[in-house]
Amino acid sequence: MRYINGKDSPRQTILIADDSEMNRSILTDMLGDEYEIIEAENGVEAVSILQKYGNSISLLLLDIVMPEMDGFGVLTVMNKHRWIEDIPVIVISAENASVHVERAYELGVTEFISRPFDALILHRRVVNTILLYAKQKRLIDLVADQIYEKEQQSGLMVDILSHIVEFRNGESGLHVLHIRTLTEILLKHLGHKNGLYQLPRTEISLICTASALHDIGKISIPGEILNKPGRLTDEEFAEMKKHTLIGAEMLKALPMHQQEPLIKKAYEICRWHHERYDGRGYPDGLKGDEIPISAQVVALADVYDALTSERVYKKAFSHEVAVKMILDGQCGTFNPILMECLKEVESILVEELRGDSDARASRRQMQNVAEELLRHEDLSASERTLQLLEHERMKYSFFADMSEEIQFEYTVAPSMVKLSPYGAKKLGLDEILMDPHNNPEIQVMMGSGTLRALSNELRSTTPEHPQVKYDHEIYIHGEKRWMRTIGRAMWSADEPPRYMGAIGKTTDIHDERTRIDALVQMASHDSLTGLFNHNYARERIKERMEDRQAGVFALAIFDLDHFKSANDNYGHMFGDKVLIHMAEQLRRSTRGGDIAARVGGDEFLIFLEYKEEAEAVVQRIFSSLEGTYEDFQISVSMGVVRTDVVGTDYDTLFHAADQALYAAKRSGRGQYRFYDDSMQEMLSVISPIDGSEEKPVN
Amino acid sequence: MTLKECYTALEGDYEGVIGRLRSEKMVQKFVLKFLNDKSYELLEASMAAKNYEEAFRAAHTIKGVCQNLSFTKLYESSHRLTDNLRSGYGAETDGLVQQVSEDYKQTIAAIEELQAENPA
Repeated sequence: MRYINGKDSPRQTILIADDSEMNRSILTDMLGDEYEIIEAENGVEAVSILQKYGNSISLLLLDIVMPEMDGFGVLTVMNKHRWIEDIPVIVISAENASVHVERAYELGVTEFISRPFDALILHRRVVNTILLYAKQKRLIDLVADQIYEKEQQSGLMVDILSHIVEFRNGESGLHVLHIRTLTEILLKHLGHKNGLYQLPRTEISLICTASALHDIGKISIPGEILNKPGRLTDEEFAEMKKHTLIGAEMLKALPMHQQEPLIKKAYEICRWHHERYDGRGYPDGLKGDEIPISAQVVALADVYDALTSERVYKKAFSHEVAVKMILDGQCGTFNPILMECLKEVESILVEELRGDSDARASRRQMQNVAEELLRHEDLSASERTLQLLEHERMKYSFFADMSEEIQFEYTVAPSMVKLSPYGAKKLGLDEILMDPHNNPEIQVMMGSGTLRALSNELRSTTPEHPQVKYDHEIYIHGEKRWMRTIGRAMWSADEPPRYMGAIGKTTDIHDERTRIDALVQMASHDSLTGLFNHNYARERIKERMEDRQAGVFALAIFDLDHFKSANDNYGHMFGDKVLIHMAEQLRRSTRGGDIAARVGGDEFLIFLEYKEEAEAVVQRIFSSLEGTYEDFQISVSMGVVRTDVVGTDYDTLFHAADQALYAAKRSGRGQYRFYDDSMQEMLSVISPIDGSEEKPVN
Repeated sequence: MTLKECYTALEGDYEGVIGRLRSEKMVQKFVLKFLNDKSYELLEASMAAKNYEEAFRAAHTIKGVCQNLSFTKLYESSHRLTDNLRSGYGAETDGLVQQVSEDYKQTIAAIEELQAENPA
């Protein structure tokens, strides 16, 4: 909600949906002084704004011909979600063909204004429509409030109090209702009969309500006296009589509501409903019309109902007997006019009182009213909720803007994706995308498979576990990047729950993932030459032999002859360059399936599969390695072993190749040797794999 | 050039627009704003791209704006074009576009003259 500065009345908000900026600004110019204006340039945007702001939009000014979704489309959505019941719509259109006008009215618009419009008329219609809707809404609230207030007074308080009393008295639940009905009949008739006692309707209603409280003072009368079956002793009767004063005192002692007419009436009735017209009643001995008419009438009603009801100390008298007893003066003296009234209404009394036995039905009715009220309460609660929601949305959009995350909100109906402003900018998409599953831009960006997979994951969640995490690649401005989407499915509260959509965020994890890839690279590769390191090569070689059990392989180990002198004569930097050069040569001379690695120092290994003759392959590689690097003459010694000679155990293979290399070196360097059994006792060049203590020659 | 003379030059209904929108100041503001309205460019581009649905909407918008501002001549030609495009491209479409184009240029010329004498 927005407020005009310094005033506490909220400004009403008008949504203008028109694709022409000119048209929107003309309307904004005309209405902007009095109303908050939100603009939408097409139907999709209008729907999204309606969804976001709900009933805080007081009026929609709607154009018909618009891109994305036209005015009829907007009206259809508004009907589907029943927004049209709360938000009035004025259509302004150049489309004034009668079919259009009719269709618009059928879809529930309040007014149809055709272009060109008269500024004054348009303004008047806008003001009127908003006033009318506001008035209607205020009236609904007002009626609800009044019902509620009335119900609070009569229903709640009186019901509870009188029931407590009745319960203690052992009276039937109908007593209070009877008194009320009798009081009402008598008072109404009295009004017709004698102008002196003519009371306004509201006062009659008040007295009737208050009548139910006539005996509340009995609450403090001991139960033994109240429910004593026989005649009361003088002391007991004196005690019983106190209920009039006690009741009056209770009302007087109420901390609040002293000025309430209901309380004043109830006080009169409580205190004086046992006074007698002849002045012989109690507690104050009032006489004649000193006794308020309310108390006089309730007194008569009370006596009548006591006579016709069964009590612990007596049986019920028939209606005729009761009336006769009263008229004969057996039960006290009453205002003669009141007696006449009783005589005259006698015929309708029985009928009316029988209606009270349908009390349960009317209770039910009351319950319905109460439920209705609760619903109204819900309504006003939902407005508060709406404000809270608005607050939440502000918070949300603030954090969304700050977080540099792509946040999204997807609704199934209407099928629509809303992106956070940052997200839309980052992806180069609109903030609102209708029908995402068929949107070509999204298809290109995500690939249809990714979107479907994500959608399926969300749909297969449950309300208890609605969250999914999904890593995928998307194209952002032509560049393929790894993203992580964390989404939460929104399930309805119905049973079974329906999938309503999802919210979530997508973060760019490309750099993170690239870093991890780099770490993997670092762990498996030699940093100087970029070849595999020995550990990694060993695993790969084992895997390869495992995978291709029928294959025949050769493992070659070689080192550079006189490498130490290159280091000594040209420095370590140069030595490194030679190693890099060697690695390059090695890469060039091996094939795709071969595995090449730097074992350490100037030692390298090659693992290859061969079909027919291993020697030819080895020969080719061997000669490609020889040559010069700058002034340095490169010569290598190489030992080779075949799996068909020593088997496929890696350590055995490596050891054998090592021994063959030793043999090659011993034969004068610059050559390769294949392993054979004669080398079994040879020393190792690289490392004493089998635990022997010999030092390698170098 | 006064606003009234401008309306004469673009063959619009000066009395009509003042009668409806009441304020000469406001009318002038929006007349000048018409120079920035992109609907005509959209119409031309859509026609060139043979996107007649978009062209219809563009013509419709021009029509609506002209109606609001009582640019009678341009309103009438854009109205005819709108009705024509409603059922898609037809034999008469190009001629009608041509007419809108001429009327648009006449309208713009008049407004530009008004603007020259009433710099913002």
